[in-house]
Amino acid sequence: MEKRVQFRSSWLPWVLIAPQMAVICVFFFWPAAQAILQSLQEQDAFGSSTEWVGLDNFQRLFSDATYLESFKTTALFSVLVAGLGIVLSLLLAVFADRVVRGVTFYRTLLILPYAVAPAVAGVLWVFMFSPALGVVAYALGKFGYDWNHLLNGGQAMALIVLAAVWKQISYNFLFFVAALQSIPKSLIEAAAIDGAGPWRRFWGIQLPLISPTTFFLLVMNVVYAFFETFGIVDAATNGGPGKDTSILVYRVYYDGFKAMDLGGSAAQSAVLMLIVIVLTVVQFRYVEKKVNY
Amino acid sequence: MLDRRPALTLLSHLVMILGVIIVAFPLYLAFIASTHRPEEIVQLPMPLTPGNYFWQTWHAALFGNATGAGSHAPVLRMMWISLVSALIISLGKIAISLLSAFAIVYFRFPFKKLVFWMIFITLMLPVEVRILPTYQVLSDLNMLNSYAGLSVPLIASATATFLFRQFFMTVPDELVEAARMDGAGPMRFFFDVLLPLSRTAMAALFVIQFIYGWNQYLWPLLATTNEDMYTVVIGIKRMIAGGDSQNEWNVVMATALLAMLPPAIVVISMQKWFVRGLVDTEK
Repeated sequence: MEKRVQFRSSWLPWVLIAPQMAVICVFFFWPAAQAILQSLQEQDAFGSSTEWVGLDNFQRLFSDATYLESFKTTALFSVLVAGLGIVLSLLLAVFADRVVRGVTFYRTLLILPYAVAPAVAGVLWVFMFSPALGVVAYALGKFGYDWNHLLNGGQAMALIVLAAVWKQISYNFLFFVAALQSIPKSLIEAAAIDGAGPWRRFWGIQLPLISPTTFFLLVMNVVYAFFETFGIVDAATNGGPGKDTSILVYRVYYDGFKAMDLGGSAAQSAVLMLIVIVLTVVQFRYVEKKVNY
Repeated sequence: MLDRRPALTLLSHLVMILGVIIVAFPLYLAFIASTHRPEEIVQLPMPLTPGNYFWQTWHAALFGNATGAGSHAPVLRMMWISLVSALIISLGKIAISLLSAFAIVYFRFPFKKLVFWMIFITLMLPVEVRILPTYQVLSDLNMLNSYAGLSVPLIASATATFLFRQFFMTVPDELVEAARMDGAGPMRFFFDVLLPLSRTAMAALFVIQFIYGWNQYLWPLLATTNEDMYTVVIGIKRMIAGGDSQNEWNVVMATALLAMLPPAIVVISMQKWFVRGLVDTEK
């Protein structure tokens, strides 16, 4: 994995990596070390006194029913976002692959949500589903279904899932379109000559061949659901009603900045770090296998 | 396609049209809302065709003379803040990553493995998981409410470094040999050979990082306390501070569309590179 031919200099490489090193030391290693340190300490809200408490914060965290609840909330949310996002975008990509005329038009419109910030997506969907003035809430009411995500936890969850999926579809769609296009045409033609219909070709050839992309997207979507959806939750539901839509990232923010529980928030950060590291290792092992230097 | 099945082609178009309608509906509704007076929007059901209050709404949003319950800072100012920080994030990340990837791939130096792993480990942790301590560092350094505070902490992840590293690995060794034979030093090789070759990768990264920077929410929420330094994504959230009827939803929706305009322009105009960047590198 090394270049055969290399330059020699005792000082130049250090100059070259200095900017990156400076930035990651100040804004990555320092705060990360702080987070681990703080997770082992108890600090009062004004930061005037600090004492070592060992693993107390973690113990407190895992005996807190609402924290365990937000684990469940996050799991449900991620499964729904990743599952729906992947299935819907795969459906769109498969049909986009068949369309010849107008494909640029469709594609341009379908990738637009990629440009929308999660928080803005949250605002857009709240506007549509607002119990007082939302068009969709009104239409649902006409059909006899009462929509009020401010009171109903399940509906609040549905709202953030919809907004998150809407925003992520374009990303998944692009990958699926590219993956489908990279399947050799000869394979599909051969199958067609053998009499396999479109349905059969999809299950027998296309789906297995794009499974690496699907797996990659699965990991990316879970990471997205874990972290990048903070804006959606904050803009759409504020974690409510109650704590029904408080996903883990929202809790870290809420406990640290609103409830001023520094030790608890730091302990949550540490737990989150562990989750991300596991996810990354899974992803990296897969990516490394696929990349040929 | 190989088999001509008119019914299937028709179905494909139907699915596409349905998908486009669902995807575009929230945006359409936002546009419609921005063309009406606030009183008209709170009526049930709100009108689904354009009204004639378009100029007033967009003017109020851009220059900040709205009168709703939440914040009404001028959106033009916010967009400027967003633009500057998104540019610092994307260009800064590309610049420092090019340099460090060059050092890692083309030089042999002591502690190289350690440096490599220090950079690699930053891939794993988004700013969201170390949010509170990063905030403390920022306030210790007196960088709250500044462009640097909005952007530099977000540069501290190595995605771009790894992308460039992977790309440099595929550059043939013969090019270095030829450059050396011609008497070119490392920096000459970097500027004259490596940079021109990396143009596509840089363009793709720019799109991804610009949008990443523009769309940031949690970080600017903490790093800015002053209305003067709100980014447009933060501004829009602050606008809906009031209840449903107190908000000027027409201005909020105009702001939402303004907030997505620059990234949308970047995505659409650089669609080709963006797709290639995504697919080639799987980022």
